Amino acid sequence: MSAGSLEVRNLSKDFRLRSGLKVSVLHAVSDVSFTVQPGRTVALVGESGSGKSTIARIIARLETATSGDVLLDGTPSPDRGAALGAYRRQVQMVFQDPFASLNPFHTIAHHIERPLRLHHPGLGAAEARVRTIDLLERVALTPGETYLNRRPHELSGGQRQRVAIARALAPGARFIVADEPVSMLDVSIRVEVLTLLADLQRTENLGVLYITHDLATARHFSDEILVMLRGKIVERGPADEVILNPQHEYTRALREAAADPDRLGQLRDEVRRESEGAR
Amino acid sequence: MADRFASIRFLMPRWSGKLVVGLVMVGLITAFGLIAPLFAPDPRDSGNKGLRPPSAEHWLGTTKLGYDVFAQLATGTQGSLYVGLVGGLTAMLLAIVFGILAGYFGGWLDEVLMLATNIMLVIPGLPLVMVIAAYVQNTEGLGDFARSSTLVALILGITGWAGSAVVLRAQARSLRTREYVAAARVAGEGGLRIIFVEILPNLVPLIAAQLIFGVMAAVLGEAGLSYLGLGPTNSITLGTMLNDAQTGQAVGSRAWWWFVPPGAMIALLGTGLSLINFAIDEIVNPKLRLAPQAARRQRRAAKEGGLAGGGAYA
Repeated sequence: MSAGSLEVRNLSKDFRLRSGLKVSVLHAVSDVSFTVQPGRTVALVGESGSGKSTIARIIARLETATSGDVLLDGTPSPDRGAALGAYRRQVQMVFQDPFASLNPFHTIAHHIERPLRLHHPGLGAAEARVRTIDLLERVALTPGETYLNRRPHELSGGQRQRVAIARALAPGARFIVADEPVSMLDVSIRVEVLTLLADLQRTENLGVLYITHDLATARHFSDEILVMLRGKIVERGPADEVILNPQHEYTRALREAAADPDRLGQLRDEVRRESEGAR
Repeated sequence: MADRFASIRFLMPRWSGKLVVGLVMVGLITAFGLIAPLFAPDPRDSGNKGLRPPSAEHWLGTTKLGYDVFAQLATGTQGSLYVGLVGGLTAMLLAIVFGILAGYFGGWLDEVLMLATNIMLVIPGLPLVMVIAAYVQNTEGLGDFARSSTLVALILGITGWAGSAVVLRAQARSLRTREYVAAARVAGEGGLRIIFVEILPNLVPLIAAQLIFGVMAAVLGEAGLSYLGLGPTNSITLGTMLNDAQTGQAVGSRAWWWFVPPGAMIALLGTGLSLINFAIDEIVNPKLRLAPQAARRQRRAAKEGGLAGGGAYA
């Protein structure tokens, strides 16, 4: 199972924390393995600080692993040079905060044209422009021309995240690491952006690693769910299985924490009963 | 291209009273320095009667040696502006190299560059400049250059970049961890391109403020050096005018027209540049723009609502 897939094998990452003379080691990620297949979505679920984003940053080559490998089509991800460029062309990332991930100084066109031209050096200016417009329209920013010369601060959060997705697609990526792509967006826009991501996945046969703390969207959006707790994967399996029949108590706690329509108003009633009892 | 203009407008400070007054002051002084020497009499012509108060013939009177003060002021302003510009630009370039490289790359490069910066920062400025100036001016083989205002400007630039470098380093360190820099790396941008295309444009207001600060420091530094007799000896600046006034005992002979004009010119230039800097500060830190309004609102609310007044101003 290595050809045409993005595999994380026995990945560990330690951070050294220095406070004064004392040095302690934080195991942010320990011995994590999973595989993302083209056209499929793996959701990585866990609370803040559980190591989800560290895995994303290691896959995107923003951090180096302490041990273990990230394998693309069976070959370990390279560290530098042309091989790293080729790796980046295929593995791209969408960041959490659409307000911080676009450079306020540059136009939307710059954000998409740069990766296009970096990874397709032969592209002329006119061609790059045409493909930029095409990419903008693929993420439902239509008509694309009207967005070219705008700056990030002129767009809404959802529109910015669409630009970030277009930027990730620009090199021609086969795998996308989406690090909490909707957690900073208004609730009403989240589904739109996730639907867009799912549509693109279908048409481009993308493999997606969807990182989130929200079990509900993880279930709707992904094929497989991995639950992380303090750097370790504590539960994994097909999405419905993990949600409907959680084995680990942490997964159960996560599910309890999610808003459940059946328990609507329960908390309010509890508070009311108690305050009446106190009277 | 509309695109280009948008990016420039984006960086411009808001039109405010401070900015307008500052720009007008600096603009008038610069215009005076550029245009007045063209029609003023020869500043090195000592054929006039000495120590005359202002008159129709000599607008600002004459010095003890018979130089026309107006002509000297015009040429001196030009000389001081030149020293300020060259010194400020030198300091800015050094600050960019030291500050941004240290801030962006971090690690041992940061340690080495910041060690150098900190050394420059703690050495008392004027004595160091005096030592270097005295040393260089006596170095043989430099010829005319040894006594030129360009050399003085370079010395002031080389000794005056450390403070700006610390400020730029802090900001570069902060920008380095922004997600758009990480995104540029994921997209495959190289290190230098990230510095110059992704980070540097966002530092432009800060660099502009540091440049203006550097120009101010160089003008004042040159005035100080010249006053001590270590300034450029083959050109006229506001500082050399003050030095002449001092050695010629202008104060003792009540020749106010000799020392007040160059002193006032330095003070006005400093004020104008500071006002521009305050306006730029408001782009770097938008809270500064809102602070006076917030304070006013709180005062009004306290008055109307009869609340316990005062309190922290946002």
